Parts: sequence; structure tokens; C-alpha cells
Amino acid sequence: MSEENCEITLTVNGEILTKIVKVRQHLVDFLRLELGLTGSHLGCEHGICGACSVRVDGSVVRGCLMLAVQADGTDVMTIEGLTETGEISDLQKHFVDRNALQCGFCTPGMLMTLAELLRKSKPSSRAEIREHISGNYCRCTGYHAIVDAVETTINDRLGDN
Amino acid sequence: MDKNPSLNLLDRPNSYIGRSLSREGAKRAVAGRGRYTDDISLPRMLHAAFVRSPYAHAKILAVNVDEARQQPEVALIMTGKELREMCTGPWIGTLTSFEGMKSAPQYPMAVERACWQGEPVVMIVASTRAVAEDAAELVVIDYEELPVTADKETALDAESSVIHPELGDNLAFRKTIDCGDVEKAVAEADVVIEETFEFGRHTAVSLETRALLADYEPTDGHLTIYTSSQVPHMIQAVFARTLGVAEHKVRIIAPDIGGSFGLKIHTYGDEVATTAASIKLGRPVKFIADRLESFLTDIHARENRVWGRIAVSKEGEIKSLEIDVLSAAGAYSQFPRTSVFEANQILNITGGPYKHKHYRAKAEVVYLNKVPTSQYRAVGHPIGNSVGEALVDRAAEACGIDALEIRRLNVMEDDQYPRISAAGINMQDMSHQQCLEQLAKNMNYNALRLEQDKFRKEGIQRGIGIAAFIKGTAPGPAGYYGTGGAPIASQDACTIKLEPSGGVICLVGVTDQGQGVDTVMGQIAASAMGIPIESVRVIEGDTDAVPYGGGTYASRATAIGGEATYQAALLLRSEILSIAGALLQAEANTLDIVNGNVVNKADETFRISLSEIGRIGHFQVAELPNHIQPTLSATYRFRLQDALYIFTNGIQGAYVEVDTDTGFIKLLNHWVVEDCGRVISPQLADEQVRGGCVQGIGGALYEECVYNETAQLQNGTLADYLTPMAGEMPDINVYHIETPTSLSELGAKGVGESGTGAAPAALMNAVNDALRPFNSYVTDQPMTPETILQALGKV
Ligand code: FES
Ligand code: FES
Repeated sequence: MSEENCEITLTVNGEILTKIVKVRQHLVDFLRLELGLTGSHLGCEHGICGACSVRVDGSVVRGCLMLAVQADGTDVMTIEGLTETGEISDLQKHFVDRNALQCGFCTPGMLMTLAELLRKSKPSSRAEIREHISGNYCRCTGYHAIVDAVETTINDRLGDN
Repeated sequence: MDKNPSLNLLDRPNSYIGRSLSREGAKRAVAGRGRYTDDISLPRMLHAAFVRSPYAHAKILAVNVDEARQQPEVALIMTGKELREMCTGPWIGTLTSFEGMKSAPQYPMAVERACWQGEPVVMIVASTRAVAEDAAELVVIDYEELPVTADKETALDAESSVIHPELGDNLAFRKTIDCGDVEKAVAEADVVIEETFEFGRHTAVSLETRALLADYEPTDGHLTIYTSSQVPHMIQAVFARTLGVAEHKVRIIAPDIGGSFGLKIHTYGDEVATTAASIKLGRPVKFIADRLESFLTDIHARENRVWGRIAVSKEGEIKSLEIDVLSAAGAYSQFPRTSVFEANQILNITGGPYKHKHYRAKAEVVYLNKVPTSQYRAVGHPIGNSVGEALVDRAAEACGIDALEIRRLNVMEDDQYPRISAAGINMQDMSHQQCLEQLAKNMNYNALRLEQDKFRKEGIQRGIGIAAFIKGTAPGPAGYYGTGGAPIASQDACTIKLEPSGGVICLVGVTDQGQGVDTVMGQIAASAMGIPIESVRVIEGDTDAVPYGGGTYASRATAIGGEATYQAALLLRSEILSIAGALLQAEANTLDIVNGNVVNKADETFRISLSEIGRIGHFQVAELPNHIQPTLSATYRFRLQDALYIFTNGIQGAYVEVDTDTGFIKLLNHWVVEDCGRVISPQLADEQVRGGCVQGIGGALYEECVYNETAQLQNGTLADYLTPMAGEMPDINVYHIETPTSLSELGAKGVGESGTGAAPAALMNAVNDALRPFNSYVTDQPMTPETILQALGKV
């Protein structure tokens, strides 16, 4: 390996991969450019907008603030993988039904972030939902419909249990 | 007998009009399967990066790219001068419809001079964006700094440097409107109030930045451009003409678009440069703006200073209104839509809801060494509404009249249309009175006032703000663009086809950026045809597929494109019925289409399915008499006739709490009642309003492109340019009054910008209502905590 490249082995959406990556490449560029996982988006590349949110070892991180080499040995889950697991299929359905997205560019990051909230399996007020997504920028919706969709999902889940 | 003789196609029980359906694009997006421009990769694709001027105004003395050119994997380096050689001529951002306006010639990249910080100077094309950026660092440019014009207030002073000497001064455009006799009205009025307002410079901040992938095929001269654009046909015309490619050989594809808001109805030099690189290299070249580039090159908007004066009788009747606008443009007028619309719209709409007869308005637009300005969501409306509505509130206060009451007294009456406003604009099909009463009800206005009093006694300062508004939507051909010489269609079209399977394909010139334009067009087509929505597929955003159209801007898609789709569907329906009539030996007018089948109009008995018509019409035409040659498709183009716009109206209410120690504003509640005519999809219309409001709130409270005295942008990151986040935003209560426009059969007006247009006005009035006990007024937006504390005399 040169100074510029490094070999990493990691799990992405359940699949084990070994790749040689540029040490300066951030995680989302790696996912998008090397793996074709274009569901993770880049809105600012300095950790503000949340469009790049992915799950690494169970926690949501800003994929633009993490280098691909730092993901060596980790378990990475993107919106594509999360969708396949069905973990948030109810939330995704409520997003569509309630039109909690317009352009959809923020949506994968928003959903990754919300998956974390849903895992807590406890009631959340609208203010708490708003607080939870306060690091995810959405220019289109004004957030109201997103809060509605999340509220419905939480209520449905609690009702079902 | 017709089963439902009184119902037209739009009102029938199986109509999709007025129903909220989910969007197909939304289903892809939530699964991470959206396809935005940057998600598209082509074989042998290269990436462009730009060296941009670090100065707001500088002469380019020398450009040395030798070292950069030596870098591995660099395919092309192009200077502004080299790009000029590939252009048919410069852009001049004027329209003849703006009499007397002037702008300097502009090339896609700076040639001898850079006129704003961020203007592209050199393009590097390489194997990856990172390699291109590495090489860009090795480009050496000698600049000679030139005097900078950064302040609109002094731009016209003799001492200020003239950015483009050939123009004589920094004036882009001047316009005045003078209706009635303002002087007399002021002299006779009981109360006259004047005030000056400042509005900061904003930019759109779509989450997906500008993006373009150009793919030129040198063997046959075809050029395909994938781009995050609202207006594919305009991009086709402008790029083809600028680079000397035949327009009909240029295909523009607008894939999924990550937010647009007017930002993406424009042409940008770096995108033309990227396209030129593809032509030169015969390879695909991609350019994706990064966030800093977005702040430095996306159009800016809103920087205006407005003086206003209102004259009222002591009973609160508005007698006259006057405004004087100083509007800050950038270094050039944006081609081809210009940089003067904002000022022009402020003149058109200020005081627009009211009956006063005397109106005088003046605007001057001046050039500055800053990013060019142009149309951004609700052009001019946030400013005009904020000024007009603040003055109305101040007048109410002076007369001792409640804020809602003074509007009740002065709004145009619902039964008095058509009429001409004081600004000289034809108004029709509006509902100010209904909207106002509905707002009072939705806000529970009287109870809210009591609650406000109660809190005030406890030392908590809450304020209620009301803002009535008009909004120009769906510009007509008598307006500005086409008439003014720009290749921008004000009409729009739909081609609709019956496929052999019975499925229907709708090709529309209007485009979707997530508003649900495609869903709405499908609802209209299915309703007009009498077929299930599942049978319809809508295609947009590809100039090779769709009929020529203007695309989506100025809240026109549903109003203009929707009517085109409706009429095209009616034409196809009638062809289907005549084919069915021939096959069934029945009179076409005794037949109907219901649920995708031709039925007897009288009793809805099944006669023949659309798939059978499709099969016969495409494969078994011998079954038809010789005189019938099925087309099974129809195209309809719709345009407004004489109207300048389809004006909509509405009213907003805001409820806020102001912390007078910190200057922080808490948004407690927000209400909108608006009239966009016939509502096709209530949920989609609501969400346009909500998203629009929050964008307006952003401008009113947080957003500003801050420049220093040498016109250096101080806050080009999302950490420094604040936008609304979920935690600070309120829920937004939306209600629609439906007064269909009489300018189309469908009756839909635009809805996409109404939220943005008046939310800042409602908010500023609410804040000032909260500050009333202190006799303090805020007149500047964004209303930062500092602005509030300044108004209170605390800093
Ligand atoms: S792209 Fe990572 S936070 Fe914006
Ligand atoms: S839906 Fe467009 S940014 Fe959120």
C-alpha cells in the first residue's frame, strides 16, 4: 500500500468487502463511487446537513465526516440495506402516504436518523421528534409532514405492542 | 339520459380531482433509489473543477496552467479566453420588455476581468473531481485588484467605481408607476406613516447542489445533457445557441431533482463550460457544485431597501400607498431571465390586496460586485408583502383599529371582479374576504388576542401578525420572457397516447422537482379520460420525449401544464369514443368512458374496453371503416391569453413569543388560508404551502449572505448561513378556499410560492406586535436576535 491508498475490510449492508481505497476519500464518496450505493447523499460535506447519514456499528454517523479507512472493520448500513431489512418499512410507508418528502434528497439521511429514534420504542412528543431531526436539513417540506409521519409510525408501533 | 348530467368530468364520483394520492417518485426516494444527476455515471466520464476569482473585482493579468497541465489524469484545462472562442457570442441579460434596462456582455467564464468573488476563471477536467481539484491548486493567476462596488446605497454615487464602464453607471433598470394622485391623497389623509425597510441577501440552498453531466457524441453531433434543471427546453435553447450546436440535436434530461426553488431555472457559466469540455473532448464531463461554490455562484436574491408611505383616514380607510425600492443586483444581469424581476414584482404586488386608488412606486436596480441575482421562490413577494403589510399594521395602530379589522375594511370585495389594482394589474376570481374570515376562525382570533393580553400581564411578550397577500402565478405570454426576447415558453403542452394495452402515456412539458407535478398531471388525465390512475404514466423532464414547453417556474405547472393535460385528455377521449361508436355502430355521444371502459352513457353498461380499442386501433385497423385512421394520440398546447399572470390570494397569521432579554423569537403557530383555485391534490397543495412558509420564515429570521466592504462573502457554509431546522419551526395550519380561475377550464392557479411570499410579512408583523408595549419596531430582515435587541435599544 502507498501513502495514498489503504486496504480495508468492512461489512456493507450485510456483505463483507475488501477494497483498496484512497486514504483521503470519505465514507460516502466510497459508498457512492466505489460501491454504487447512491442512496446516501452529499449536501454540504462539512457535517451540517445530515444528508449523508449512515449507520456504522449501530450508530448513525455523518458519512462525510468519516474517512473510508476509518470504516475498516466496521459494519456499515446505508438506506439501501436498511430498506432491505424491512426495519423501517412502516416509517417509509408513512413518509410516502403523508408526503413527508418532496425532492427526497434529505430523505435517506432523515430516515437513517429516525430509525435510531424508532429503536427506542417509546412515545415521543412532536417537539421531541423535531429535536431528534434537528441536525437534518430539509429545504422542501418545512418538516411538519415529516413529524406527522414519524408520529403516526410511533403510535402505530406502540399500539401494536 | 346521462346518469350524472350536472357533473362535469372533474366532479364525477370516480374523478381523481381533489384526492390526495401518493407519489411514485416518493416511493423510490424513501428506498434510497432516487436518481439524481450525480448518481448517473457514463463510460469514460471525466469531472470538472473550477479555479474561481478570489477577488470581487480584479483584472486577470496572466494565467499560468503549465504545472497543472503536467499532472497525471488531467484531460483538459480551459481558460475563460479559450472558452470564449467556443461561444457564438456573449450573453446580455436584458429583456426588451424592461424598457431602458442595460447589462454588460458576459461570457461563461471570466475573460479579462473577474467581477465577483467566485466567478469561474479556469476549468480543469480530470479523471476524478479530487484530481481536478489538486490540479486547480497548481494554476497560478496574476490579478490586479480593482475598486469594488459593494454597497447598493452608494453604487450610483459619482465616487463609486463603475463596474462596466461601457454602461456609463451602475444602474441596471429604473421603473416608476404612478396611479391616481398620491400627493393629494396624502394631503387629505388623517394619518400618514412612513418607514424604511431593509432586506438581506438570500440564496436558495437546495439540498442537492447544481449538477450537470454533458455527453457529446462527436460522430453525429448529438449532445445529451443530464442536469438538475426545472426548465429543460430553456437549457436546450440557451446551451445550443451559446455553443453553436443545432438545438434539435441537443437532448436535455432532468432526472430526479434535489430541490430547485427557482435556483434551477437559470443558466450558469460553469455548466456551459462543462458542456464545452464535453464537446471538445468527445467524452462525458460532470460538474457537481460543492456547497461553497453554491454560495458563491448560485443566484442570490432579495437584497433590497424599501421606503414606504401609507396614508389613511382616521376610520382606517387606506387612501394611498407609495414605495421607493433600491434593489441590489450582482455584477451582471442574469441571462436570460434578468436580475430586475424582483424589483418589478415588488412594484406590481405591494398593497395588492387593497382597494386604494392612489399608488406611486419607483424602483432602481443597481449593479454590485457580487453574485448575480435573479428569480428565487416568490420573487419580490416577501419584500412587497412585508412592506405593505407592515405599513397597514402601523396605520391600524395609529387609528386604534385592530389589525384584522383594518384589513377587513380595505381588502377588495369578493364580488367586485374583474377589477384593476392600484398598480394597474387586472385582478379576477379572488377571495380576500372569504380568506380573511376563514383565517379569523382558524386562528380563533379573538381568543388568541385575549391569550396574548393575559401573557402580556405576566411579562411575556407574544405577538400576532396578519398578512394578506396576492401572488402572481403562471405568467402569460403578454408578460416578460418570450415577449422580451428570451427563449422561454410561456405556453405548455401535453401529448397523450393510448397504447395497445389500454395504458395511457402522458408526455408533459412541465417538470417535477418533488412537488408532485407528475402525480397531479396523472390525476387530471385519468379524470378527464375516465380511466383508473394506474393506467396512466406521466413522462416529464426529457426534451427528446415531451412536447416543447416552458417547464416549471413561477407556480405555473398545474395552472398551465394542467390545463394542457386536461384538454389533451379530452381530445383523446373524444377520438376513443368515435372509434368505439364506429365499432359498436352507436352514436359517439351516447357513449362514455368509465373506469377504463367504454360504456353506455345512459346506464353505464359495459360496451368495450380501452385495451380492446387500443388493440384494434394499433393492430387490427381493418376492423374499422376506411374513413377512420386512428391517431390514438393528441397534443394540446395551452397559453393564457391577455392576462399577465393568474393572480392568487390569501392571508397568513403568525403567533410568536419574543424574549426581550435575548432577542430570540419563538414561533408558536402559523396559519395560512389561500386560494389556488381548484385544488387537484389537497395534500400536495398543503405541503407546497408548508414548505414555502418555512422558506419564507428562513429568510425572515435567519438567512443572509453577509458580505464585507470588499464584497467578500463571509458565510459560505451551511454552518454560517443559517437555515430553518425542524426544532425551531412550528406546525403550519393550512386551509384552501377554492375560487377556480376563469382563465382555464380546469380552474387551477399556482400554489408553490404563496407560503414563501407572505410568511415573512406575517412574522414581522407578529414580532412588532409583541414589541408594541416598548414602542419598538423592527424594520430589517432577517430579524436576528441582534436586530430585536437593537430595536429595543438594548445594544
Ligand atoms: S453531507 Fe454530510 S452532513 Fe452534509
Ligand atoms: S424533501 Fe427536499 S430536502 Fe427534504
